[in-house]
Order: sequence, then structure tokens, then C-alpha cells
Amino acid sequence: MKMIENKIDAHATHSALVRGLVSFAKKQWIWAYFAAGATYFVTLLVVPTGGGAGALLYAALTFASFAVIVGVGQMFVVTLGPGNVDLSIPATMTLAGTLALKFMDTDSSLVVPGILIAIGVGLACGLFNFSLILVLRIPPIIATLSSSFLFQSLAIWSNRGLRIKPPEVLANFSTGGFGGVPNVAIIAVLVSIVGWFVLERAIAGRWISAVGQNQRAARLAGVPVNAVRLGVYTGCAVLAGLTGFILACFSGGANLNMGTEYMLMSIAVVVIGGSSIAGGNSNVPGIWGAALFMFLIVSMLNSYGLGAGVRLMLTGLIIVSVVALASRTGRRP
Amino acid sequence: MNREHLRALLPFMSLAILLAAVFYMQPRAMSYFGLNLLFNLAIPVALATVAQMMILMINDIDLSIGTFVSFCACVTATFVQSDPVIGYAILAGAILVYAGMGAIIHVRKLPAIVVTLGMSFFWAGMAILILPSPGGSAPDWLRTMMTAKTPFLPVAIIAPIIIGLSMHYFVKRSALGVLLRGVGGNEQAIERSGWSVLRLKAVAYGIAGLLCVLSGMALVGLATSADANIALRYTLLSIAGVILGGGEFTGGRVSPIGAVVGALTLTLAASFLSFLHLSSDWQIGAQGAILILVLAARLIFTRREATI
Amino acid sequence: MIQNKKVIGTHEVPIITLAEVAVSFGAVKALSDVDFRIMPGECVGVVGHNGAGKSTFVNVINGRLSPTSGIVNYAGDNAQADFRNADRARTVGIRSVFQELSLCPNLTVLENLRIPYRNMPLKNWRKEAGQVVKKSLDEIFPGNGINPYSVVADLPIAERQMVEIAIAFSQRDIDARLVILDEPTSSLDGSIAEQLLSYIKRFCEEGGSIIFISHMLGEIFDVATRIVVMKDGRIIDDNLVSKFSRDTLVDAMGHVVPDTPEIQVAKKNRSFGEEVLRMENGLSARKGEIIGLAGLAGHGQAEVLAACTLARSSDWLASRNPQVVFVAGDRARDGLMPLWSIMRNLSLQTLVEFSRGFWINRIKEASLADRWHSKIGIKTDNLMNPILSLSGGNQQKVLFSRALASSAPIVVMDDPMRGVDVGTKMEVYRMIRSEAEKGRTFLWYSTETDEILECDRVFVFREGEIVSELTGDEITEDNLLRTSFAMQESIQ
Repeated sequence: MKMIENKIDAHATHSALVRGLVSFAKKQWIWAYFAAGATYFVTLLVVPTGGGAGALLYAALTFASFAVIVGVGQMFVVTLGPGNVDLSIPATMTLAGTLALKFMDTDSSLVVPGILIAIGVGLACGLFNFSLILVLRIPPIIATLSSSFLFQSLAIWSNRGLRIKPPEVLANFSTGGFGGVPNVAIIAVLVSIVGWFVLERAIAGRWISAVGQNQRAARLAGVPVNAVRLGVYTGCAVLAGLTGFILACFSGGANLNMGTEYMLMSIAVVVIGGSSIAGGNSNVPGIWGAALFMFLIVSMLNSYGLGAGVRLMLTGLIIVSVVALASRTGRRP
Repeated sequence: MNREHLRALLPFMSLAILLAAVFYMQPRAMSYFGLNLLFNLAIPVALATVAQMMILMINDIDLSIGTFVSFCACVTATFVQSDPVIGYAILAGAILVYAGMGAIIHVRKLPAIVVTLGMSFFWAGMAILILPSPGGSAPDWLRTMMTAKTPFLPVAIIAPIIIGLSMHYFVKRSALGVLLRGVGGNEQAIERSGWSVLRLKAVAYGIAGLLCVLSGMALVGLATSADANIALRYTLLSIAGVILGGGEFTGGRVSPIGAVVGALTLTLAASFLSFLHLSSDWQIGAQGAILILVLAARLIFTRREATI
Repeated sequence: MIQNKKVIGTHEVPIITLAEVAVSFGAVKALSDVDFRIMPGECVGVVGHNGAGKSTFVNVINGRLSPTSGIVNYAGDNAQADFRNADRARTVGIRSVFQELSLCPNLTVLENLRIPYRNMPLKNWRKEAGQVVKKSLDEIFPGNGINPYSVVADLPIAERQMVEIAIAFSQRDIDARLVILDEPTSSLDGSIAEQLLSYIKRFCEEGGSIIFISHMLGEIFDVATRIVVMKDGRIIDDNLVSKFSRDTLVDAMGHVVPDTPEIQVAKKNRSFGEEVLRMENGLSARKGEIIGLAGLAGHGQAEVLAACTLARSSDWLASRNPQVVFVAGDRARDGLMPLWSIMRNLSLQTLVEFSRGFWINRIKEASLADRWHSKIGIKTDNLMNPILSLSGGNQQKVLFSRALASSAPIVVMDDPMRGVDVGTKMEVYRMIRSEAEKGRTFLWYSTETDEILECDRVFVFREGEIVSELTGDEITEDNLLRTSFAMQESIQ
């Protein structure tokens, strides 16, 4: 009798523990929103005008959107497990934006082929990345880093330092809004909804998470590991290409440095958003919280009149401390 | 002569081939001054590369080396030159921060790639704070040292040889080096024998920090001034140099001499590309391509292992 | 071994004493009520089935685990639930050689000595270390020819194990007084193993002590002066070797009752369909057949099974009608998705089979999980609980369900009963039988003889090759042992 009681006891404490863990996991991404909210109000303290609150939110939504779209792509890559990171996102963005805008050459009738070109560039970059990883067996970090130099060179070569303007329609669309919400934010929300469904409800999402947790076991359980990795790397590059396209239209032309900040940003929003850098365990909602947080931090530091140096320093420190605090101790073997 | 030997020779062969190509295109480079010019920037690159090697040796990766070396260069061109005491204190503090970074990465089991990427912003910010616009000047002694006229071979050749040999002695010969490589090879075995992996990792990061400081100082000595972006390329160069020199990303398999040779090869590749009159558009791309080619060449000499 | 002479002076003091030691991990009791001591000059053989608590036991002795309760006493010095047990063990000269290799593969042989040799003098240490390793190697394995300057990763597995043993016995600032050997001969061939055994005898004669874990009872009887039998985390017998015979020892370990007569009968009367599998190495299987892969652990069976599975599934496409499914024995390495719930782990293999198209059919997934929950008896009240909340045996049941839920005609099992209790085993045996009756083919690698005896046809592996094929009445424990060990006998 006693033994049974013990067992039940043990079981109860165990499931309490499990529940605790689950709610902790949930808290992780809620925390990103909390941080974003706090930063928002702290920033408002120094923005005196009445319109400040709305304008700040609008700007935050706009700029967070770009980080969210590349963040969703990066999240899938990170989910693939330790060592999987796409460092070619900035170069892919630049290349896609440059080539697409150059092709459209401010002609509004070529919008659709322009978008297709951006997507096609992303696809090609992703394929190239993955072929380096698969065929040459280069670790993803180095493979994407070295290919990013090639992409960057291609962009420089095709751009030749000119700033090609986007077609009027696209410029208006990307800077405009609908019902008080920026258009880019609407696109980003759509991307994240699709991303969420793929991750949580599609077979592909299960496979990605399985590969990230234990690639060998996934392969032995019938998961087509290479197809999954190919899909993830090309998907990420396509999202990067799309972001580059929209960002180029938004900022009035493709610019060779336009992707630079998204290298860190894409990784930061994934990690701060509560996804595990060790792979296998990711979430989409956190990316939004983290992206808003990252933008608001910068604008907070700006509004306090801090220079570029302090801003960079604090951004770095905040990222490191958030990662250090949010880390789940106990890395899987 | 088996594949392993060939593989160990690969970095030397790449350097020799590249050197031959340069001499062929520019016979005048085959002189004391020519060599000095060709390998002019090899010293700081070699130091940054062995720094990266210290980190790769314990299965981590450092993406902040570029900005950190820039920061060190900025400190050297300002404080070390004007107020040496404060300058050296800052550099010593920075080394401690590096060691602390290693400790935190181990204790909190953080991914080194994210932490170092975050820290790269920190160092970039610090560098801008110290030196908002390009400028500063090299301390005289440093300038003298870096431009010394040594007999027979120029400093640009002698210094990398010294760096390679002393790092080889430290990493491959000393007891501490054995333990550090052991951390990369089988962390558990080290822990079981009662060593503190935490301390070892902090030491590895600390030494990497020290090497980066030296790299920044050497860079200022050569360039005579600094700016906040002076060494951004070093992040990639250092990783590439280690890999080129026969190091591995995991498993504590590194070769200090190989890493230095790798750094020399990359320095030479940059000179070579400029001899080719390659349009500057393609300079970056060519570096990426060289890196990919080298990694592909390595594949030929790697024992085929199961991918899963 | 002159250094060890001084050990003989302390003949009266046990090197280590455990009193009422218990270790539990959460609710799981890994060790309870263990009383044990070892005197200088003793060689204690430890036997027990998988999961009997042998490794927990030796980990308490070498200080890696602190007991939850009870007293551990090192050479007269008290240490209760103390974190520094590992240091204490080290300072009294306790050393261990483990089954999983604990060398650093990227270092040379002599550099690997430097790691456990904490206080090695810094001056000229390489030369010194080279000599020490060489001396130890030559003493234990005369004529080994291992170069102390070679990198461990370049050595064959047997030589790596020899190096590990030599390092454990090597002369350092603190002499080896008690060496724990966990399956030390698993990768060594007969004559080398013989060298080790005779060295162990010499070591003990000179006053050293050994704790020797092996599943090869012959070796135990050969070297041990005392045998400790473990079962379910307890020491159930501890006596001089002369008090045991092979049979009484096997009985004491709690021999699993062999298959029931009706299964035996069913087995005799079975007929099989066409051949469904043939591999280059001669392995073949017919429809409905249960094929056993036998031989000593680590002789290439697992590799053959993995290769068989990988060759019959794709890296690029998931099939709705897979040819083969895999049941992992090394759960952490080959089977589990540690972050997932029980249900997700269970449905992984069959996602494409029960869902049409891109999205997961979550209703079918839940019903699949429910079906297997009751069918195979996974002990949980909620299938959404994390997989790691289950005990090892129940995790294994999930992996069985994952594979058996598939429609695949061939099921590959890589020693899947590790750490599984007898009750579960029986259930699974029954399930395998009935699935085979329905026409499924099983490839079953097992390290346990009883399970091999269940099979219709058995391939015995030695050093990666199939050395014999047994069918029907030929499948007996004697035949299995004879073919697995043939070479050892021929050398002796």
C-alpha cells in the first residue's frame, strides 16, 4: 500500500514539475513582450508630444516587421540544431533587393516579375548554401559566411554604387499602411502565421524539430533529413530575399549595406524570442516580442540622446545578458 | 606518405603555390623589401588567427574577433600612446572581460556564436566611443619595432615564425596546452580527472584576448593610426586561417603552425588578387571563393566519415 | 610494481567501505542498502543483469556519485555525502576504466596520461610520460608495439582500450591501489585479454585490488577472489569465488525464465514466405521470419542494422509505404526526441502514413497514440507528458509503438531490450510473435541469449563478419557461445 502511495506521490510531484517547466517555457516568450512593453513606456517618458505614443508604435511595428520576416527564416534554420545558422542573410537581402530593383528600373508594370526575381535570387542563394553544406560538407556557419561574400560581390558588381529607385507603387505600398497598421507589418504577420502553422501543424515542422533534436534518430525514423535541411535553408534565403526586396522599396532604393544589421538581428530575435539555439525547440510569437524589443531599445537609447557608440555597446550588452538570463541550463548532449 | 601527411602539408603547399604565382607575376617581389611588402599585414592577421584557434580548440567560435581587434587598435592609438598606464589598464581589463566571457559561456551553457556576436556590438561601440573618427597615432616604440630592419629576413616573415613556434610550444608541448586540447577532445574526461573545465575555458578565452590585444597593437604599429572598423575583416580571416591551416571546428584538433601559415596564405591571397588587377567589386567575392576552394580541397584529404 | 609493495603494509585497513549506501535519482532507487568493503589484494568480480545497479555501484566507489544516504569510507577516512568524494577516491589511489572510452581522441597516448596524472612534474614531462606509459603497456601487454607518440584517434579500438587500461595502472605520484575495470575486455581479442587477466592476478598478488565487471563469467571465475552479485540495485550475494559455480551464479543473478513451451511449439510449426531481404554479407530474411543477430556486443551487428535501415529509406523522400522501420536500443542516440511529448515521439515514423498532404491529421495522431497507449501499456496518465518523464522501459515501449504502428514489412531492432523489465519484455516478445505470424519480418540484434533463443534463424557475428548461421534446433546457448567465442578458444 505504502509503495503505491509513494508512486502516486512521485507521480504528482513529477507532473507538477512538468507543468512548471511548461509554464516556464511559455514565460520565455511572454517575457520578450514584457520587455518590449517596458521599453516602450520608458521611451515615451522622454517623448513629450501627444502623437509620440502612436508614432513610436507605428515605427516600431514597421521596423520590427523586417526583423520578423528574416527572423522566421532564421528560426527554422536554428531549429535544425547546433551549428545551424544562416549568416548569409544580409548578403542575400542586398543581392535580391539590388537585382529586383535593377530589373524593374522604376517601372511599375514590372512589379510582379520583380517580386519573382527577388524570390528567385533567394532560392538560388539557399540552394547554393545548402550545396556547400551537403556536397562539400562545410559547417553551415562557414558555408553561409563564405557564400555571403560571393553574394555581396555579386551585389556590388551589379549595383555599381548607384541607388536605383523602386517603382512608385511599391514605394508607396511599403511605406503606407492600412487601417493604422503599416503594410509591411501586415506582410510580416502573414509570414509569421504561415511560419507558425508550418512549425506547429505541418509534417515539415515536426521533421524540422526532429532533425534539430537528434538528426540520427530522425533519419532512422524515416525523416528525409536532407530534404528537410534543403527546404529550411532555401526557405530562409527566400524570406531573406523577400525582406531585401521590401526593405529596398521601403528605404527608397537598394543599398549595399542595407542588410548588415540583420545578421545579428535575425539571430537575436530568435534567441530572445525564447527559441533554443541548441535546436529542436522554437516558437514564432516570441520573434515578434523580441523584434519590437530590439527596435524599441535602439529608439529608447536614441531618444535619450546617446551616441552611436553607447547605443552599439548597450545593444550588445543587452543581447548578451538576455541570452545569459534566458538560457535553459542543461545543454543537451 | 598517407592522406594524413598530405593533409598536414596542404597549408604549406597552398602557400608555396600562391607564392610561386606571385613571384611569377611580379619577379621584383622576390626581395627583402618585396617580401616585407607582400606580408606586411601578416603579423596582426597571424595573431588574430591563433587567437581564434584558441577558441576553436575548445569547440567554441568567436565572431567578435574583428571588432575586438579594432577596439584594441583604437585603445593603442589613443590611450597607450598618450597615457600608457590607463591604456594598458584598459587592455588588461579587456582581456579579463574575454576570460569572463568564456566563463559565462561555460557556466550558463550559452552558445558561443550568439554571445560573441553580441559582444562584437559591445566592442564596436567601445571603439567608436574611444575613437569616433579615424585617427590617433602609434606609440613610437611600437612603430620602431614593427618597422625594424632585421637581417636576412624582414620582420613580416620573422614575427609570424616566432608566433607560430611559440604557440606550437604552448599548445602542443606544454601541459596546459594538452589540457586545453583535451577540453576540445573529450570534456568529460578532463572533468572526471578533477580539472576545472570552467577555469580551463576561461584561460583559453583569456589567452585569445591577449593575442587579440597584441594583434591590435601590431596593427597600429604598421598602420600608424586606427579607426573603429580597422580590423572588421579579421573575424572571417581568422576562422579561415585556422581551417586553412588544418584545424577543425570541433574535437580540439588544431595546428598553431598551420594556422600561422594559413594566415600568411590569406594575406598573400589579398596581395595576389590586387596583382591580378581584379576589379575591386570582386575582391570580397574572391576571398569567399578562395575559402570555399580550400575547404573543398580539404575534403579530398579527409577520411570519409559517415554523415549521419 | 615495487611501488605497490608499501601497500601491503596496510593489509588490515580496507581501501573502501560502503555502509548502508543508497542512491536515488528522483523517485528511482538505483542503489539501496549496499554494504561493501574491499581489502588490499582482493579481486572482486561484480556480476548482474543490465540495470542491476553495477555502474551506479562503481560510480559511488570512485566518487563520481555521492550517495543519497549511507557512509562511504576511504581507507579509514570518513566521507559522507561529500562532494569531494572524487578527490578522496583519487588520493587513496582508486582509478577506473570505463566501458565508454574516456580518452581524448585528439591527443597522443602520452598526453592522455597527463590528464589523470594531476601533479606530474612539469620539467621534461613528455619524456617522462612516454616512458611511464610505455612501461605500463609493456608490463600488462608484452609485445604490444603501441607507440606512445601516436594520436589516439589513429589507433584501432582494441589498442585504444589497451592504452586506457595501461594508463589506469600506470605509475604516478599516488600509486594505484584499487582499479575498477568495467568490461575491460569487450574490444580485446583472446590473447590480449589473457595478458590482462594474468596481469590482474599479478597486481593482486602484490597487494593491489581490483573491481572487475564483466558479463563473461569465465573471466570472472578466472581472476576473481570474491564475487558480488547485484540485482535491482542491491547486493544479493557476496561470497568467495569457491562458493559459486557457473550455474549457481547464473541462478543468483536471476536468470530470466526462458520462453514458454507454447511459443516453442508455435515456432517449430511455422513456415515462411519469400525472401524479402538479402545483404552482401550474407544476411537474409524471409517474410514472417524472426532473424536473430548474435555474437558478442560490438562485433558489427548494430552497424549492419543501421546500414540496412539507411539503405532501405531515403535522405530525400519520406515514403507512405516504408520498407523498413527501426527500433533503437541506444535510445538517447538513435531513438528519442528528448524535447517532445510521448505522443509526438510515438507518431514520428507514421506521420506521412496517416496524414494526407502537408498538414498533420491531429485527430488520427491522437487516436493512434491512444491505441498504442493501451495496446502496449505505456505507463502514463497523459500522452502529452514529456517523453523523458517516462522510465527507460516505457520509453522503449514508445519506440516500439513508433515502429510497429508503421505498415513497413521489415522491422529492425537494435538490442531494444536494454534496461527493460521482465514484464515488458514478455509483452514485447508476444507482440513480436504475433506480428511475425501476420507476415512481418524482424531483424533482431540482442546481447541477451534468451532473446536470441526466441528467433527462427540466427546469424552469429564476430569482428564484423557473419561467422555462422543457426536454424531451428541448432539455436542453443551452447552453440551461440561456441561460435561467438571460437577464436578465443583456438588461441588458448
